Amino acid sequence: MTRQKVLVLYLANSALDAPVVAWAVYDGSDASRPMAGDNDDPPYRTGVDALKDGWRLIQAAQILPHERGAEFDLAYLKYEFFFEQLVQVAA
Amino acid sequence: MTEAPLLGALDMARFVARGFLRFDGVVPDEINAQFLTEVGQASDPVAGRKVIRAFGELLAGAAIPEAPAGVPLAGVYPQGSAVRRLLDLPLVKGAIQSLVGADPIFDHHFLHVTFPPAYHEAGGGENVSQHTHQDSTIDPAAGFDLQVMYYPHAVTRPMGGTRFIPGTHLRRVSEVALGRYQNIRGQQHMVCEAGTLLFLHNGLWHGGGVNLSDRTRTMFKIRMNPSQPQVGRFDVSTLPATPVPRPIFHVVTPQPESVEKILMTPEPWFEQDTGRLEFVNRIKLWRHLTGDLHYDADHWLTRLENPARAGFSA
Repeated sequence: MTRQKVLVLYLANSALDAPVVAWAVYDGSDASRPMAGDNDDPPYRTGVDALKDGWRLIQAAQILPHERGAEFDLAYLKYEFFFEQLVQVAA
Repeated sequence: MTEAPLLGALDMARFVARGFLRFDGVVPDEINAQFLTEVGQASDPVAGRKVIRAFGELLAGAAIPEAPAGVPLAGVYPQGSAVRRLLDLPLVKGAIQSLVGADPIFDHHFLHVTFPPAYHEAGGGENVSQHTHQDSTIDPAAGFDLQVMYYPHAVTRPMGGTRFIPGTHLRRVSEVALGRYQNIRGQQHMVCEAGTLLFLHNGLWHGGGVNLSDRTRTMFKIRMNPSQPQVGRFDVSTLPATPVPRPIFHVVTPQPESVEKILMTPEPWFEQDTGRLEFVNRIKLWRHLTGDLHYDADHWLTRLENPARAGFSA
């Protein structure tokens, strides 16, 4: 049977070949327990490098216009890309 | 040198740019030992007892005053207590005064204790790090509160330590809505000697690290609000009379350390476009803290505020 493993990459701009600035891994196979602060080095240099390693892109952040009057307001990281792998686990 | 030395312009700029200042080993061992005695120690792990209960028992016995929010900080801690003595250290007094002015208001305090694996195993819980978050709630204010984090004993890397991400303090987010971000380039983990203080802008993203050592980790946090405008509270005599504009983009000569250089230094996690907005927001905070409403660094706001671009006047 299979389980989903999810990789979330935050890139320096909207291009998939832009550098990774933040990341997260969630592992439905239970083979690992990723958590906040567990690694100071990104798993890939860019989003494209994750594709080359077999990750399937399943969602990308939209590029949204800036609300008038709030152009300088910053909140969450903008360039979020979700990837998945299907991992075989013992039944 | 005054009795409570104020922060100079360069340290103030570092706080504005990165959202923190750290003072390593500045609290004397005698105060550290007194504090640890006052808060007491967690009892040994007990099978079936959850960590939250062990923590509750420790908190109940700790000699930390139960103080209401909104009272003067000066009246919260009894004379002679470890925290009162810490706050009276000239370096601490001067830094607090520089950031939130004299007579700050007590917001809250909390004893953070992170338990080692044996307690989680005994209680049947999972030993994980805290999600990264911004304290309190969405904060659109121009100024800020100060959070003083006190590390009364040495913190090693296996003990977890406070994780924080320099430069994130000017983002307006909603507490742990950003918990999805497990790791961010440039994140730091507090590894320090006993008696270290970390001064944080209330907006700085942070979280407690997982404790994989064999002892509890203790950190005491005090949040304080300014009671007066935060303008010109640091040592403004260290400001240059007139900032000298720097060359931008085409720069071939090394630039000296200056307020502008500090404010214009990016963090490793900066996105390429919003990193420039971070610079703009740092300039705005510097204007707020200096009262110089025309201050600029590297032409970012001068370009946008050029009155000639506003069109014809009536």
